[in-house]
Amino acid sequence: MGKVYVVTSGKGGVGKTTTTANLGVGLAKNGNSVVLMDADIGLRNLDVILGLENRIVYNSMDVMEGTCRLKQALIKDKRYDKLFLLPASQTNDKMDVSTEMMKKLVAELKEKFDYVLIDCPAGIEQGFKNAIVGADEALIITTPEISSIRDADRVIGLLAASEMGEIKLIVNRVKMKLINEGNMLHMDDIVDILGLDIVGVVPDDEEIVISTNRGEPVTVKAVSPSGKAYMNIAGRIVGEDIPFLNIDEKRSFASKFKNFFSR
Amino acid sequence: MFEKLFGRKKSSAVAKDRLKLVLIHDRRLISNTVLNEMKDELIKVISKYIKIEQEEINIQFDVETENRNRGALIVNVPVKDILKK
Repeated sequence: MGKVYVVTSGKGGVGKTTTTANLGVGLAKNGNSVVLMDADIGLRNLDVILGLENRIVYNSMDVMEGTCRLKQALIKDKRYDKLFLLPASQTNDKMDVSTEMMKKLVAELKEKFDYVLIDCPAGIEQGFKNAIVGADEALIITTPEISSIRDADRVIGLLAASEMGEIKLIVNRVKMKLINEGNMLHMDDIVDILGLDIVGVVPDDEEIVISTNRGEPVTVKAVSPSGKAYMNIAGRIVGEDIPFLNIDEKRSFASKFKNFFSR
Repeated sequence: MFEKLFGRKKSSAVAKDRLKLVLIHDRRLISNTVLNEMKDELIKVISKYIKIEQEEINIQFDVETENRNRGALIVNVPVKDILKK
């Protein structure tokens, strides 16, 4: 019996799909069987991020409607034997899926895999409700921007009301230079405001653009700063005790500097 | 500290303040319309037993900052005169 995570944010464009893909690779590299489910019906993208768009024959809608069996819709990753994608339908509408159908499908995936990661659509409407219904825990993605944090807070409220298990935070696209200049919210402030435990901080990284272009998640090579950060998060998810690296060192320097002046 | 040094507040501090204010509003689970409806009904019920200052009733809903699932409904009802049944 595996564990189901929903990757969600409220706001669009903060890196839900990129995070889902990279954590999937990270978990698979740690030896786990993983399925990544795209719940963004009508606007799927997890397939292109993983570079698997040419292999899609069936999708989750076909499984839910009984057109094919689950096994036929699962796409095995090119690089990792234990990593699978369950794509979303591109022709259907989010309203075509019922929460009951989703619940049943997620339960089936949970039986077969160690980890099920669900890539949630943006927004808080039906698509969101369907994406969270079978999840045990939630990963909230936010960037250090006021709009994204506000939407994250809204989503956290909705998840808490739906009796979601643990809800953890990932702060994405952190720019240390801006933080040190006092022009970007520090992750500690975000943690403070949202009142969640943080599971990782991902630096803003141009490698993500290249990785998206190629359809190869940064965790495959795991040499870029974002790649390392995502590997660390995957490690923490499987229960390893991985310290938050260099980003915090800079903070302590900044606070020393601040203390020096406020004396 | 920054304000004194540079004469202007850093934008991250501005963001934090603005965010806090916005969230206080967002986290309120009950809208003003519902609160007012509730207030009207409460007045009716309480007035059956106690003479109250209807204009002075104050009703508000506060969400705790540490635990967003908890809050307090605070109703302040000034009593004019306790009626004999």
